Amino acid sequence: MKTILKLESVSLSYHTKDGEVPALKNVSFEVKSGEFVSVIGPSGCGKTSILSLIAGLIKPDEGRIVFNEKEVKKPDKAIGYMLQRDELFPWRTIEQNVFLPLEISKNKDASRKKEVLSLLDKYGLKDFKRSYPQQLSGGMRQRAALIRTLSTSPDLLLLDEPFSALDYQTRLAVCDDVYSIIKNENKTAVLVTHDISEAIATSDKIIALTKRPSSILDIHVTETDKTLSPLKRREDANFGKTFEILWRELNDEN
Amino acid sequence: MKTNEKRSEKQALYLKKIKKNKIFVNILRVLIAVIFFGLWELATDLEIIDGFLMSSPSRIIKTIGELLADGSLYVHVFTTLYETLAGFILATVVGTTVALAMWWSENFRKIIEPYIIVLNGLPKIALGPIIIVWFGNGINSIVFMAFLTAVIVTTITMINGFLACENSKIMLLKSMGANKLQILTKLVLPSSLPTFISCLKINVGMAWIGSIIGEYLTSRQGIGYLIVYGGQVFKLDLVMASTLILCLLAGVMYALVSLAEKLFLKKY
Repeated sequence: MKTILKLESVSLSYHTKDGEVPALKNVSFEVKSGEFVSVIGPSGCGKTSILSLIAGLIKPDEGRIVFNEKEVKKPDKAIGYMLQRDELFPWRTIEQNVFLPLEISKNKDASRKKEVLSLLDKYGLKDFKRSYPQQLSGGMRQRAALIRTLSTSPDLLLLDEPFSALDYQTRLAVCDDVYSIIKNENKTAVLVTHDISEAIATSDKIIALTKRPSSILDIHVTETDKTLSPLKRREDANFGKTFEILWRELNDEN
Repeated sequence: MKTNEKRSEKQALYLKKIKKNKIFVNILRVLIAVIFFGLWELATDLEIIDGFLMSSPSRIIKTIGELLADGSLYVHVFTTLYETLAGFILATVVGTTVALAMWWSENFRKIIEPYIIVLNGLPKIALGPIIIVWFGNGINSIVFMAFLTAVIVTTITMINGFLACENSKIMLLKSMGANKLQILTKLVLPSSLPTFISCLKINVGMAWIGSIIGEYLTSRQGIGYLIVYGGQVFKLDLVMASTLILCLLAGVMYALVSLAEKLFLKKY
């Protein structure tokens, strides 16, 4: 399969009054089209910075990021970003919320709007198009946020701990939900999480990072049965094995 | 959750309790006013207090009747209303515009901030003589006074509202490729609507302060003028009547803003 995203020896520092804080050091990895890749590492290690770099929100000090064979210089509507909280706008209906990226990119294509509406229908939000976010449950809101991300039909989805604000029960369900939608729509995804189980349950490939300044500790290809849902994969024999390896690696690192 | 199911007995009881409480509160509200004015009237009738110095409800009503009869009440009310409204609108427009500029350019904000803080601390009445010299002995000075009293607070409230906009939401819009104008119109302005409405509420009060102070300093008509005039010629009936009218006007204006709040803020 073709490589859709490539980080080539990326380094990044943050500048504050007190000095320079190195966040990433010489990070390189590749994501192939259709892959689900997770980035894990100790908290505050710069996982989110990797997503911000890919999204074109910040620029690396060294190295480059190549997406669809072009260097990333600014936000690209073929990349969708999903944050920790749903960030739905309370003054907009669900329908108006999911149209937001189309408004921003001034896409007035009626057929695109129709497709987005059909996504709402398809993923159980049909009766909530005209509802306001506060009328929906946490899981439904996160689903609406995913459809908003999908509205510009991106090739790559960046997921920044999108389940961490939910309670454990909902978290497992929404994770399954989001995973199946992403697979259904044939999207490539990069998930940032601090939850090792979540990473193993969802991913084809796991990138473990070291402490700050982060470099790559290990790139781990998971061997769980990919036909199963993330929830089911947690019962896979390989799940425990992978968990142990990653756990030890990350613990040694700390 | 709303349901169309038949209400249970307990629910009915609960609703009844709420209603009863509401009636109780309303009765007491009216009662306090009745007792206050009743005692006042009684005390002056029995000459426990001096009606000449303290006035009385009947004298106040008589005075308002006279003002109504010779038509001067309308002139005074209209004058003060005009000054207050003009000052209020000007302050809201200018204050919000300055706050927008401060949001747009961080450097502009940093540069202008100390001036705003100094102006905020300054009692606006101190500028009275300067305003009169610049704008003359008349209605323009008073409008400017009302404007000045409200504009700084508006600027400070609005810029704080704009800056309170969540960073993560701004990030999200940036990741969609939004430019600064889009961030402003799609996010910052709509999310600041509650701040704007509460700012209007503050401004109503501020503009009244400004216009009455302005009338104290220089005027030939208006509610503030009536109060000052009444005090100077020892017509306490006139002072009390004017104060009462002022209370009513300020109350109505505040109620109108509250109504706007209810209409606009349903979704927040």
